[in-house]
Amino acid sequence: MRGATHARWAAGAVAVALAATACGGGSDSGGSGEAGIVSSSWGDPQNPLEPANTNEVQGGKVLDMVFRGLMRYDPETGEAQNMLAERIETQDSQNFTITLKEGWTFSNGEPVTAQSFVDAWNYGADVRNKQNNAPFFSDIVGYDDVHPASGDPTAKTMKGLVVKDARTFTVALDKKFSTWPDTLGYQAFSPLPKAFFTDHAAWLDKPVGNGPYTVDSYTKGTGMKLRRWDGYPGEDKAVNGGVDLKVYTDNNTAYTDLISGNLDLVDDIPAQQLKNVKNDLGDRYINQPALIMQTLTFPLYDPRWSKPGMEKVRRGISMAINRDEITRQIFRETRTPAKDWTSPALGEKGGFNPTLCGDACTYDPAAAKQLIQEGGGLPGGKVTLTSNVDTGSHRDWMDAVCNSINNALGEGPACTVNPVGTFADFRNQQSSYKLTGPFRSGWQADYPLIQNFLQPLYYTGASSNYGKFSDPQFDKLVDEANQEADPAQAVTKFQDAEKILAAQMPAIPLWYQNGSAGYAERLSDVALNQFSVPVYNRIKVS
Amino acid sequence: MGRYVIRRLLQMIPVFIGSTFLIFIMVYALGDPVAALFGDKAPDPATAARIRKDLYLDRPLWEQYLHYMGQIFQGDFGTAFNGQPVTELMASAFPVTLRLTLVAITIEIVVGITLGVVSGLRRGRTIDTTLLVLTLVVISVPTFVTGYLLQYLLGVKWGWVRPTVSPDAPLNELILPGIVLALVSLAYVTRLSRTSIAENTKADYVRTAVAKGLPRRRVITRHLLRNSLIPVVTFIGTDIGALMGGAIVTERIFNIHGVGYQLYQGILRNNSPTVVGFVTILVIVFLLANLLVDLLYAVLDPRIRYA
Repeated sequence: MRGATHARWAAGAVAVALAATACGGGSDSGGSGEAGIVSSSWGDPQNPLEPANTNEVQGGKVLDMVFRGLMRYDPETGEAQNMLAERIETQDSQNFTITLKEGWTFSNGEPVTAQSFVDAWNYGADVRNKQNNAPFFSDIVGYDDVHPASGDPTAKTMKGLVVKDARTFTVALDKKFSTWPDTLGYQAFSPLPKAFFTDHAAWLDKPVGNGPYTVDSYTKGTGMKLRRWDGYPGEDKAVNGGVDLKVYTDNNTAYTDLISGNLDLVDDIPAQQLKNVKNDLGDRYINQPALIMQTLTFPLYDPRWSKPGMEKVRRGISMAINRDEITRQIFRETRTPAKDWTSPALGEKGGFNPTLCGDACTYDPAAAKQLIQEGGGLPGGKVTLTSNVDTGSHRDWMDAVCNSINNALGEGPACTVNPVGTFADFRNQQSSYKLTGPFRSGWQADYPLIQNFLQPLYYTGASSNYGKFSDPQFDKLVDEANQEADPAQAVTKFQDAEKILAAQMPAIPLWYQNGSAGYAERLSDVALNQFSVPVYNRIKVS
Repeated sequence: MGRYVIRRLLQMIPVFIGSTFLIFIMVYALGDPVAALFGDKAPDPATAARIRKDLYLDRPLWEQYLHYMGQIFQGDFGTAFNGQPVTELMASAFPVTLRLTLVAITIEIVVGITLGVVSGLRRGRTIDTTLLVLTLVVISVPTFVTGYLLQYLLGVKWGWVRPTVSPDAPLNELILPGIVLALVSLAYVTRLSRTSIAENTKADYVRTAVAKGLPRRRVITRHLLRNSLIPVVTFIGTDIGALMGGAIVTERIFNIHGVGYQLYQGILRNNSPTVVGFVTILVIVFLLANLLVDLLYAVLDPRIRYA
């Protein structure tokens, strides 16, 4: 009976496999349609959901519902308005006194005090906590003690933060920064309850904040149920009963679910569906500018691109790009041709200026060719564009830009494309200053301020100045703008600095990126804010 | 028999170490995962250095590998960058994918072998030719085409089934993705069993069985089919491994949060602990599936003995 023995061995192994699969099956958790609840597409947040560690839109979505900070940006105008702050006062644009409004609590009942902010900010800045957004606290005196460039920190708290009483604290900055209060709407500056520090793991499993929603349940990698917090003290109470965020493997799949009625809201329309979206959704499709800008940055650390006269070549390349046609053909108008180095989502009051780049951003092949020849031609007669090509149709637009340049020059294939497989690899090449031709730089602003579009990218030695652009006049104007007490004056100074970019062209503005969304018939009052996140608390469900 | 199994299990150890080492090197050669964590912004050097230190990324590669293997043997597969232990991701992903694989394999076996037997016994007739053409069509259409097509027709247009799978992934929702996943392999199973059956119908032992006066049904199931299944079983065995790891396309189309999805996301985000951990488990699955196939040979063909 050898055969029988064999069969027993094999059958045993199969039985183990079957038993392993038996666990885990469960009941259907239902689609959309629950009364008053919005179901919305989501992606797994890249980092743990701590306010100072979240720098991408999926985690930001949750924080926007669960937290309220000192300031909040108006979803329509982008203007920073007091939220928890009653007033923020300063005499010298460097030392600030912050007074909180009365009556705010976390959803667990704990009052929101000055200490809640100071503790949260000290936690975010401390290098031991490895928070991605730590540099946002770098303006505060004492940051270097908790976040030294190397070695261990020498302090646990920043000297610049002092609690005066339960509702007041002072902040000392290391230099003048007049628009600093306007940056406080960024989520990294959210207050944190004591539970965050005492039982960190439990808090991460179910974050507790002070926003209009509370987290009902959170299954990592699957979804999150948020419910309206009836005791919310703010004015922007949620008008719906709650939001169910569902993780999708792919934005195409989420779109399919929206079309078939299993999902209420998709805030990222896949590129392949853009040609159908008007048919499928009609006026339930949103496409509006966000605080995202795409540029082609020149490697000015390479003398072949930075030597005198090359500014003409850089300008010429910019004029050789047919932005209108590329945004229409490739992006189906989900990108808007760029006319300056900021974003229309800032508003003209905030510093957006559609005439700032002027001719240099207008397609004119004849003038482009002439300028490039006057400047001495392309270095070595060639130019290579580099970008990661794993997302965002980057390959397509790079090909189109190259074609546009080649057609303008009429000298055969002078422009070529260097596609990089993954974003991480591209980032490595970019930050090790190895690229010898223009490369893509995407920039999503953290707060709707013109300062955020200029200083981190073009100030000498700034953190994201990958092209190593340096201009003393530009730096001087930015410094002056930061010291300017009057916001309107500050914006004008920043625009003066921006004019230097227009003359030097260290980076070619390509286009502003829009946020897109689609929603089901039962929703109304759906809008996106400047960060292309839906304003959930205003969505009505019928 | 027991000795044979033990010997095979011991042989797996060097294979396991070699393959994990290769995977480890390939994943870690992809680039700096820490830089990608910071999105469009430049990483803060002090924070990045600390993350690298915590993840052992500041050591030489061989030291990282030894450290990693040491951890694995303690049951610790490291932590994904979103703070979840990789073992937790596995516990949620593997049962889902295993269920999907089971659905697909069942469809493959039942439909594939039945069609194979039917066309093998009627070699050269209309039904055989029709099936050959059909399988050719199925093999030549890529999975994402059949996936999106069936999803659109059955899920969106006619509304017969939910177009996407809910997070719990119950069996009934996995039938459509299972069919999509099974289609290509099903065609191969059909073709393999057809050829094998067609050959063996002329074998001596079949003629003997018929001459003995056995009923046709018994000749086919007990004698003909059992002997013809060996190549099919080999194929299905390797297919289990392939389906477990290679369902990336199907899992994305139907929103199944299984192994393929975790791997895809791990690769996209350069999340090396996830990728290495999952692939390591897949290596084990492959090895075990192969062992199972070899054991099944002996069940199917009594002439094969293991000692």
